[in-house]
Amino acid sequence: MNPTSTTTPNVSELDLDAMKPRVPWLEREGVLGYLLLAPALILIVIFMAYPFGLGIWFSFTDKLVGDPGKFVGLDNFLKNFRSQIFWQSAWNTLFFTAMATIFKTILGMWLAVILNRKFKFSRFTRAAILLPFIVPTVLSTLAWLWMFDATFSVFNWILNWFWKLDISIFDLVIKAPYRGRLRINWLGDPGWAMFSIILVNVWRGVPFFAITFLAGLQTVPQDMYDAGAIDGANGWQRFWNITLPMIKPIAVVVVVFSIVVTFADFQLVYVLTRGGPHNSTHLFATLAFQVSMQSGNLGEGASIALFMLPFLAVLILWQLLYLRKEESA
Amino acid sequence: MDKQTETTKVAWQPGMSRREFIKTTSGLAVAAGAGWGMFGQAPAFAQERELHILEWSSFVKPADVETDRQAAEFGKQEGIKVRVEHINANDLNARATAAVESGAGPDLIRLLGNQPHVYAKGLIDHGDLIQEVGGETIWPSLRDGVNVNGVYRGVPYFFGGGAYVYRRDLFDEAKVGPPQTWDQFMDVGKKVKDLGYPIGQSLGHSFGDPPGFCYTLLWSFGGSLIDKNAKVSIDSQATRDSIKYLAEFWKSACDESGLAWDDTSNNRAFLGETISCTLNGASIYFVAKQNWEKKQDPFVKQLDHFLSPEGPAGRFHTISGQNSCIMTHSKVQSAAKNYIRFIHKEENFEKFFVINNGYIIGVVPKWREHDLWSRDPALTPYRDLGTYGQHIGYPGPYDRRSQEVFAKYIIVDLYARAVKGESPDSVIKWAESELKNIYS
Repeated sequence: MNPTSTTTPNVSELDLDAMKPRVPWLEREGVLGYLLLAPALILIVIFMAYPFGLGIWFSFTDKLVGDPGKFVGLDNFLKNFRSQIFWQSAWNTLFFTAMATIFKTILGMWLAVILNRKFKFSRFTRAAILLPFIVPTVLSTLAWLWMFDATFSVFNWILNWFWKLDISIFDLVIKAPYRGRLRINWLGDPGWAMFSIILVNVWRGVPFFAITFLAGLQTVPQDMYDAGAIDGANGWQRFWNITLPMIKPIAVVVVVFSIVVTFADFQLVYVLTRGGPHNSTHLFATLAFQVSMQSGNLGEGASIALFMLPFLAVLILWQLLYLRKEESA
Repeated sequence: MDKQTETTKVAWQPGMSRREFIKTTSGLAVAAGAGWGMFGQAPAFAQERELHILEWSSFVKPADVETDRQAAEFGKQEGIKVRVEHINANDLNARATAAVESGAGPDLIRLLGNQPHVYAKGLIDHGDLIQEVGGETIWPSLRDGVNVNGVYRGVPYFFGGGAYVYRRDLFDEAKVGPPQTWDQFMDVGKKVKDLGYPIGQSLGHSFGDPPGFCYTLLWSFGGSLIDKNAKVSIDSQATRDSIKYLAEFWKSACDESGLAWDDTSNNRAFLGETISCTLNGASIYFVAKQNWEKKQDPFVKQLDHFLSPEGPAGRFHTISGQNSCIMTHSKVQSAAKNYIRFIHKEENFEKFFVINNGYIIGVVPKWREHDLWSRDPALTPYRDLGTYGQHIGYPGPYDRRSQEVFAKYIIVDLYARAVKGESPDSVIKWAESELKNIYS
């Protein structure tokens, strides 16, 4: 055969499309990827994006229940600024979030370090520690409500038991014994009420911190601790220079996630105080609920809820930038 | 085919390709969507007619049982399934908001006070029913609660209010009697607190007792949140006087943990024998009486009631109707109307009234003549609540703004802040600014 007659044809003469293996359109990654993404995307649009957009629109209207409302510009926001209840709730939310997160982080880390050691029943303890996190919030908070009961609080009963033992330190807790008994007005005094809601939030949140930190701790190679020990580092130095830097990325994610959830907390306050006494435990979420769902002012309520957005958006943005930096490092 | 192969064939189907998976699932989704589109709802076969009623969970539990019983009886007569849902009264308006906004949910909601003003757009005209259950003879403040711009958006079923329940044995020990005026009440309170059994009063965020106390205190001293023309009028000497009074009363006569109380706390405290007197519906008496009948406990024999004390401007009570309101989205409006007619029939309402044993009162004055009141004289003060009753907008209009003030607990917090030591001027300034925000 004349080799010239079998010369490879010019590429431009080839029908490249015909030569491609025939891939059914559903098998194509471009199509299938979006198809598989579609259910989640649809759910997010319907249940997150649409209500979010609607909420933003409501905040610029004077919408009442059953009434479409009309555009009022920034009126709702100005009305909020004129309300002391709003400013009080803003302060409460920041204070509550800050305090709860600080204590959850410290206690969670402490618990994780303890749980990271081997001891008898350590597996059982690790599982049991999650209990506050697993029990539905409303249910556990109802139990706390009983424990904080103004008249029959078990905490006050225990305090009295100690007091009868003449431990005078409790005189500092409350100055005037009531009918010969010590009594802390857990949910009736503004300061104690704030303390109580922080306490319950910390109780509920610590297991999540502890378990996540524990997962982080278990990824730290033992070699590093051994090397540290050889270099003469004591326990604190090993924690500060090895453990903490190693679990920093996971800690950032947990703390940011917790701040977001704590900032928008609702159930706990609604069950314990409904924002009382005299609004001293109102958070953005409970105030927004009171104004929109209980007073029927959906526009004004939406504008209050929207105030959570800038704080949380900045936080999430910072977290994303931080994680990106960590990944590229 | 051997057994092994046969089993394998049954248990293991060759893997689905992506294509088959997508086709199958999207086919199912399309079918479900078509079903939804064609029938306007999830395809359920042989849909049963249902009347869904939402109301509070009563403090007198047998009342809920009777409501459910009557609903079932009505259902049988009407040939419809009736479902009554009882929830915490504090949560009713949130459910109503959701129902009106979504156009779905309960067919009939028993709204409190003047909540029909807030949800008017989602409620049908009840004008025909109002005439059937009493028309002009219904207590005016109850009628105002459902009368939204001349259209009745609900039908008052009954109303409740608070009188002071007290322990005669402790009052005797303190050598005091039921007070007629606030000054006398101060004296009584100081003496019973000295005995170790103070007055119990809630100033927390709850719908019944806290506003029931604070509004009446304000009015009886001559103060008001707004005037007849809905102009904010909280900044007055009368308000100052009432605040000063309560600041002293709270410290020297009351259980100071009341700032954390809800509507159930004073019931527990009274029945737990830690307080001597509290403003309440007749539920404390009801429970004590039940226990007495069962256990021969003489405790209930020591209980009696008195009306709210008189102030410089007279005697007042807040009364709040429970209104049957049919939703515009209901598909069974006709059955719902018949249900309202059914529960208002003399014989049915009387059963409900008697079971409540003074805790609720009929919406027309004739129920004051019922022999229930004379059978148990301790309950007599509740009989007269209608006479002294005002709505929470008094003396201004009973519109949705008064409901907003109520839902935000502005009047309750005015006093709650004062008893924690804030000056009258400061709390009045705060309340005035919040009220002007609402009434502007």
